[in-house]
Amino acid sequence: MSQDLLNKVNEQLNAKFPGAIEASELSYDFPVFTIKKENIHDVLSFLKNDTELNFHFLTDLTGFQTADEKQLAAIYHLHNMPKNFRVRVKVFMPIDKPEVPTATDIWPGANWMERETYDFFGIRFKGHPNLKRILNVDEMDIFPMRKEYPLEDQTRDDKSDKMFGR
Amino acid sequence: MAKKDNTTNVINENMEEKEFSTLNLGPTHPATHGIFQNILKMDGEIIHEATPTVGYIHRAFEKLAERRPYAQITPLTDRLNYCSSPINNMGWYMTVEKLLGAKLPKRVDYMRVIIMELARIADHLICNSVIGVDTGAMTGFLYIFQWREKIYDIYEDICGARLTTNIGRIGGFDKEWSPETWKKIDAFLEGYPKALKEFANLLERNKIFMDRTINCGPISAQMALDYSFTGPNLRAAGVDYDVRVMNPYSSYQDFKFDIPVGQSGDTYDRFMVRQEEMYQSLEIIRQAIAKMPKDEPVHADLPDFFLPPKDEVYNNMEALIYHFKIVMGEMDIPRGEVYHAVEGGNGELGFYLVSDGGRTPFRLHFRRPCFIYYQAYPEMIKGSMLSDAIITMSSMNVIAGELDA
Repeated sequence: MSQDLLNKVNEQLNAKFPGAIEASELSYDFPVFTIKKENIHDVLSFLKNDTELNFHFLTDLTGFQTADEKQLAAIYHLHNMPKNFRVRVKVFMPIDKPEVPTATDIWPGANWMERETYDFFGIRFKGHPNLKRILNVDEMDIFPMRKEYPLEDQTRDDKSDKMFGR
Repeated sequence: MAKKDNTTNVINENMEEKEFSTLNLGPTHPATHGIFQNILKMDGEIIHEATPTVGYIHRAFEKLAERRPYAQITPLTDRLNYCSSPINNMGWYMTVEKLLGAKLPKRVDYMRVIIMELARIADHLICNSVIGVDTGAMTGFLYIFQWREKIYDIYEDICGARLTTNIGRIGGFDKEWSPETWKKIDAFLEGYPKALKEFANLLERNKIFMDRTINCGPISAQMALDYSFTGPNLRAAGVDYDVRVMNPYSSYQDFKFDIPVGQSGDTYDRFMVRQEEMYQSLEIIRQAIAKMPKDEPVHADLPDFFLPPKDEVYNNMEALIYHFKIVMGEMDIPRGEVYHAVEGGNGELGFYLVSDGGRTPFRLHFRRPCFIYYQAYPEMIKGSMLSDAIITMSSMNVIAGELDA
């Protein structure tokens, strides 16, 4: 079923937004789509409002940093409850200009999820009504989930992690 | 009478701009059951605007998880929704098992179902009895609370802990449950429905309770979906979405149970949905015990995650190597990304796990249901009385540990 869904969404998106899909694959039971940053808002809103696909529910929105520390990603998990379709949509952006349009106008529930993603990864969601830190203190000047801030290592030199750990 | 009207007119003319008073509800307030701050703009007793502040007990679990081997992440999940930590533990195990592609014996699945449904009862029981307390009915809380204690005794028999359980292992359970544990579960199934009936008699058709909760903090189905509500809060609004049915995990498809739904999404409906779910959970546990396969192991064949028996470790090279690998966290994990969701006590608890093949996750994100639906709270209490805001919050089952992760 997941393979069918992958093909179906691929077909629909290709017809509507030619060239917007950078990659699509099946990861375990989830069809995963990587969408170009320019198209992400239109694609999300199409996926929500299309009567056949009808991904009306935003399950989750979170951030991600690639291993080379040059790119950030926003990851959306969408759900069509009546047909039980689930897809994952990713959008990558360079780390020195982490900007992506907000999804709060499509799903009001994206509000805090985007704030959390901004708080931890520094992804700026353009058009968000109140984009400020949510879980960390307001005075914090770093984005702590980025890989450039490893746990413990900055101050400790008594513990070598060469053998174990990344 | 005419005189009185005049006075109001005079006051209205003089007040060109309405003045609001600001009230700080929380962060530590006995009526909010956790560290929640809400800055309320009040028009007399009516709430005009609310601004929630969250993050007071943020503990950076997602960051911590990036430096911990998979088995050591379980204690972190305990501390999310600590009212039903076994569900969090099992959800995490199932996420890793999905990544590993592990095949589990039915016995493990059914044992997990029993423990998860006990946890759901404990979670709903706390939430519902606390709604009673907040509406002024302490009695129900006092009657029912000893039954949570009995559930905790069962946890204690199985894993040694009561609140932060760390119950089971990736791939199953560390050991067979003792006969005493099974007896305690039977005793619970025997005694709890009676206690729950008693509790229901105190509140369900109680005039004062109904007057306080009906139409208090309602939310429409459309708005609940827009705000990504899940769990009993969404079902109270009339949407029959339950992860256990939609994406069955841990063999939930083998059981027959109902998904109760409400209509108006108000505090009373949320209360009633949880009440009915407790009966359904009992029903699932009974079915699981009846169907339990007797002669199967209590864990999957995953030598990378189970410590070999001690005498083998001392006398057998293979076992010693595996013991060392497990303790040092040097198991081989496939690369990949998975999302797995379970029906937690208060909604869809999701785990988004990205593995690069290392000993720790590359990225782990918890989809915490109450963090997502708590953002609708200001809208739900807008225009209502302060005392209604209190019971709206307790009926939403917002757990501080999960909210702030």
